[in-house]
Amino acid sequence: MDLHITWFVLWGVLWAVYFMLDGFVLGAGMLHRVLGKSDEERRVIINTFGPVWDGNEVWLVTAGGATFAAFPTTYALMFSYLYTPLLLLLFGLIVRGVSFEFRGKEEGRLWRGSWDWAIVFSSFIPALLFGVAFGNIFAGLPMDKDGYHGSLVYLLNPYGIVSGLLFVLLFLEHGALYIAVKTTGELSRKAEAAAGKLWIPLLLVAVGFLGFTNFATKLYDNYLAAPALAVVPLTAVVALLAVRVCLAQGRTLSAFTASCVTILGVVLTGVIGLFPNLIPSSLDPLHSLTIYNSSSSDYTLRIMTVVAFIFVPIVIVYKTWVYRIFRGRVTAEAVALDHEAY
Amino acid sequence: MDVLALSRLQFAITTMFHFIFVPLTLGLSILVAAMETRYVLTGNEIYKGMAKFWGKLFLINFALGVVTGITLEFQFGMNWAEYSRYVGDIFGAPLAIEATVAFFLESVFIGVWAFGWNKVSKGVHCLSIWLVALATNLSALWILLANAWMQHPVGYVLRNGRAEMVDFVALLTNPFGLLKFGHQLTSAFTVAGFFVMGISAWHLLRQGNRPFFKASFSMAAVFALLASIGVALIGDLHAADVAKTQPAKFAAMEAVWDNCTNAPLHLLAFPDEKNQCNLVSEFPIPGMLSLLAFRDSDAQVRGLNSFPKDERPPVLPVFLSFRLMVGLGTYLILMAALAVLFSSRGILERYPRFLTLLVWTIPLPYIANQLGWIVSEVGRQPWIVYGVMKTSDAVSKAISVPQVLGSLIGFTLLYALLGFVDIYLLTKFARKGPEGLFTPGADPVVDEELILVPAGAAGK
Repeated sequence: MDLHITWFVLWGVLWAVYFMLDGFVLGAGMLHRVLGKSDEERRVIINTFGPVWDGNEVWLVTAGGATFAAFPTTYALMFSYLYTPLLLLLFGLIVRGVSFEFRGKEEGRLWRGSWDWAIVFSSFIPALLFGVAFGNIFAGLPMDKDGYHGSLVYLLNPYGIVSGLLFVLLFLEHGALYIAVKTTGELSRKAEAAAGKLWIPLLLVAVGFLGFTNFATKLYDNYLAAPALAVVPLTAVVALLAVRVCLAQGRTLSAFTASCVTILGVVLTGVIGLFPNLIPSSLDPLHSLTIYNSSSSDYTLRIMTVVAFIFVPIVIVYKTWVYRIFRGRVTAEAVALDHEAY
Repeated sequence: MDVLALSRLQFAITTMFHFIFVPLTLGLSILVAAMETRYVLTGNEIYKGMAKFWGKLFLINFALGVVTGITLEFQFGMNWAEYSRYVGDIFGAPLAIEATVAFFLESVFIGVWAFGWNKVSKGVHCLSIWLVALATNLSALWILLANAWMQHPVGYVLRNGRAEMVDFVALLTNPFGLLKFGHQLTSAFTVAGFFVMGISAWHLLRQGNRPFFKASFSMAAVFALLASIGVALIGDLHAADVAKTQPAKFAAMEAVWDNCTNAPLHLLAFPDEKNQCNLVSEFPIPGMLSLLAFRDSDAQVRGLNSFPKDERPPVLPVFLSFRLMVGLGTYLILMAALAVLFSSRGILERYPRFLTLLVWTIPLPYIANQLGWIVSEVGRQPWIVYGVMKTSDAVSKAISVPQVLGSLIGFTLLYALLGFVDIYLLTKFARKGPEGLFTPGADPVVDEELILVPAGAAGK
């Protein structure tokens, strides 16, 4: 297989897996203050993802690193064009990480209350900005031979905002389901109820996004050219509906699984629509960044392919093992007894 | 200031801030793993307490290292897009490999270690901190190989308007990278050794939990001594390699202006960049510099004046950083040697002034690490890739002064806040001591073993 295509697939999968995994941490982070009424409940929520959030975030670092290694021109232009949104995103991720670590290290209400708000904002901002950024990438960035003609304000166009909203709602739903699965009693029931309520706006925005995509982007062209590919967006839609069905039956774990599939499906739907572009130009298709005109040499792609095909399966094995170790529900009693808990 | 100057300043601030946390992570992961291994082997609860107490400080430090690390990966593209585009074919690979091979391992097993005390067996728990230690040190290898390529580019050709990789093995075996790796690792271990000794000394001065902190101290002292000697030995090899591969940097490190055979090492010197000479150069050791650089006291050392003016690094910061680093390194070897001597004889507490000095020594290896990087990075200027690409050609074209000024201010404020909270929490938990983290005295035989030499022997 053409290595450019291999790396395009890997690139899409890395982003999709990142959003699936960090999505529930971002979602739970946005929700922990609303769902957790007491300090005890909030600690329980934070400890549900305590052992895994860092490992989840590494998918982002790897997605960034893979972009750099396989498509250096895309990496260079994407990161410098999207300077300000990426900066805000970075600030969000930095604050979020330290907030988890710092929050439980002092008793005071002011201390914990401040970090709680920090967690909410530092989860919301990356969720929103990832959506805005990807929406704009789907639609194409205003770039031509003179470079980039956009700005942060430009990115907040209607399609960008709808995409941002879609990501926020997807992650909220995902996070609520995760909390429902990982906690017990009243907290779990509250999270389940929240997931039920969030589903309606999520569906509305998702439908709006799919419709808007037809006008704002050229993503559907690939599906018209190869209708078999439509299985991916269809899976996403079915999975989103399955979330509601499972919730109605009280099967929260299945609902969470369906939510995982929804996120993978949504991201891959967009990525497949981009092919062979990584970032289309909205001004002039000649200046789109494609997997051919922005890629590394064949030699580098070969080396990277060998590395990826050896190590990614190993990573998946030990990550799965770790999720199994921490598979149980987190209780307030267990958190209170654990010195190392957040 | 223009985008270039602001971007350089921002890169310096964010990298140096990140690098406050890295050395301790590299070294303390190994010390904690060694402590926990002793716990697993002996069943002695005090070692479990040590792993937990030092592990808590490790985790606070680790969190800062993780979050400030993402900034660096993003910044290559954000601020240095021309660089990333030009060298991404060869420079991107080690970064991507670092994430795939090292960051996953590190981040997943740090979760197992921190949250898994009651979830996995003792052996698996201990293995997980060893995997963290392995992964963090492995990540250092990859990032240093990437940096080494900027210092001494190998395994590439200039083709298609960029640097393309043609020899991956050359990248992996770049002698510059391997020497730097050795020098950096031992420097990082020195930081960790003095960190543990300094905090232990603070408690010993206050009679807090003596067996616990004596045991911690003696492990750290041996570690610090071996490491600090390693720093000097590998540093010597590294400097000799720099003399060959980056003669302009070497000339700046030693403030050598004119080509010189049988070059002396001046014990006291001070460069005058404006007049391209030294204001002071006293106490020469004849031929010493040639000997250190080329293992031959008659060899020629190239002077700065033999380089075009626009290919010379700033001399004063490189020269001063290098001298100060070497001075600190020497001091640290002496301190570590005394620490091993006193702790192995069980007479540490007879020297309260030495203990106090050790507390104040905690920041010094950190400073030495930063100084080393100033030598390395400022000394490489004006090149971003030595001899291949100038730093001034590397900056992004799409960013503006207000953008970078805004991000620079943002980073500075955010990092200042984080640094403040970090120091506050580290101090708080370091002072608190290990009480409540383990059940001491579960094994009464232990206390005797902890004072490494029986009390009687100390008096002989």
